[in-house]
Amino acid sequence: MHYDKPLYRIMGDCSLIVELGDKINPEINRRVSALTVLLEGNPLDGLMDIVPAYRSILVIYQPLKINVRALKKWIDGMEEKVMEIHLPEPETIDIPVVYGGRYGPDLEWVSQYHKITPEEVIRLHTVNTYHVYMIGFTPGFPYMGELPEELETPRKETPRTEIPEGSVGIAQRQTGIYPVVSPGGWQIIGCSPLNLFNPNHDPPALLKAGDMVRFSPIDEEDFRHWKK
Amino acid sequence: MEKIKTLEILSPGLLSTVQDIGRFGFGRYGVASSGAVDKFSLRVGNILVGNRENEACLEVTLFGLKVRVITDTVIAITGADFDPYINDDKPLKMWTAHLLKKGDIISFRGLKSGCRSCLAIKGGISVPAVMESKSTNLPSGFGGLEGRPLKKGDIIYSDCTSPNKTGDVRSFPIDWIPHYSKEWTLQIIFGPQDEQFSEKSKDVFVKSIYNVSPKADRTGIRLTGPVIEKIPGAGESIISEGVISGAIQIPGDGQPIIILGETVTGGYRKIATVISADLALLGQLKPGDTVKFKQVSLDEAYMALQDVEDKMKRFKDGLFYDVANSSLSLSDTNI
Repeated sequence: MHYDKPLYRIMGDCSLIVELGDKINPEINRRVSALTVLLEGNPLDGLMDIVPAYRSILVIYQPLKINVRALKKWIDGMEEKVMEIHLPEPETIDIPVVYGGRYGPDLEWVSQYHKITPEEVIRLHTVNTYHVYMIGFTPGFPYMGELPEELETPRKETPRTEIPEGSVGIAQRQTGIYPVVSPGGWQIIGCSPLNLFNPNHDPPALLKAGDMVRFSPIDEEDFRHWKK
Repeated sequence: MEKIKTLEILSPGLLSTVQDIGRFGFGRYGVASSGAVDKFSLRVGNILVGNRENEACLEVTLFGLKVRVITDTVIAITGADFDPYINDDKPLKMWTAHLLKKGDIISFRGLKSGCRSCLAIKGGISVPAVMESKSTNLPSGFGGLEGRPLKKGDIIYSDCTSPNKTGDVRSFPIDWIPHYSKEWTLQIIFGPQDEQFSEKSKDVFVKSIYNVSPKADRTGIRLTGPVIEKIPGAGESIISEGVISGAIQIPGDGQPIIILGETVTGGYRKIATVISADLALLGQLKPGDTVKFKQVSLDEAYMALQDVEDKMKRFKDGLFYDVANSSLSLSDTNI
């Protein structure tokens, strides 16, 4: 459930966590998106950044320009209008993925863990359309959910130190894509040829919170073709 | 703007990168702020050489940087004292602007205090701004000089400004130069998840001495010491949320990690956050140092920050006043 009023958590003297609910669900996340739109549309002088997440928004500010009382008052005022705002229809983005083999080194382990075939893992991963809850961890990394219950999988016990860009991972009921080479602990079941982050593009990330994502299986040849 | 070659990197040392005040406004794309860890030293360095205070500098970590001056220029070194020399025979006074001549060599001879030094160059560092900032995002490899640490043979370009001909020396007031000890006290405010730690653990947190472990880099500073325990029933992690520099997270092993500017979101509980006035000090903590945390109120944190900003303003105003009658003109670099 979403809270009746935002729960404020002070993170030092220059940032505030605005928590809107107690769990990961699309309804709370849409409230986060709506409040983000409102805050961005009516900014206060001295605002440094607004970082929406699953169920909260981090507001970074210049404390000598805005005091925390004025900040909360501003956010409270905007939160009251959350139901009035109409978010644009979410965009649905198709993400091509090569599953298994060297592209998805954990596909085999995941199928054994669930005692199903690798093909069934792929089918389960591609059957849902996923909600992008937030971008975080590394530039452009989308946290998406929910995976079908049958695909709920623990993280790797020992995280990898280097995961190639484009890798598609799963962890618990979440799925995500590693846009840049980074360490990571999710089970890697495939790889997408799409470029999810380009620092010189505006916006730099392919996906944003609120988008919907569908995965479609491709083969190695398609992958190479995409990469060209 | 016309660019000039100012420095050649003869040796990059342990880790030297291009950093400015940071990249803000792109958190929603998962882009961390990066930037100089010690922003106080960055700002002072820039003001000393006549740059805008948010301009990019070279951030030098611990040891080894050696550079040759290609074109006469004004530089200043602030932050950690790595015993800088000009041409192997002349100690280079820190927190002071120096006119250097073509062919001069700047080297760092050893580690006297602190962890990160800031080398500011008049005219700044000419690299393209990526998402409005020149800072190097090392984990993801963009910004700064091709998104990577400096290497031997790199040439640093600066924007062309009229160099100071008289060798007019500007210094930061001695009394205001921060003292870097090896035993730090950092002022903190509890939160954002302090209620999820027991009162006993919060007490342990502010009464204990923690050691800076070797696992300290631009992403975070891992501490070792008495274990901080979450309250019974609290899960292993929290739902991921945005984080900032200075937030102190407690992972499963109970050992605090102070988050720095290369992290944008996280799923660990944060017991407390270092106040803005002390954030610059985080850039000077190094493995082997010790840390104590001191709880302050929000008002005390603001007063401490106001004090820092007042000094910065007085320093700047004084400089502008002097400069009106000297050749170290700031106006032509504040474009």
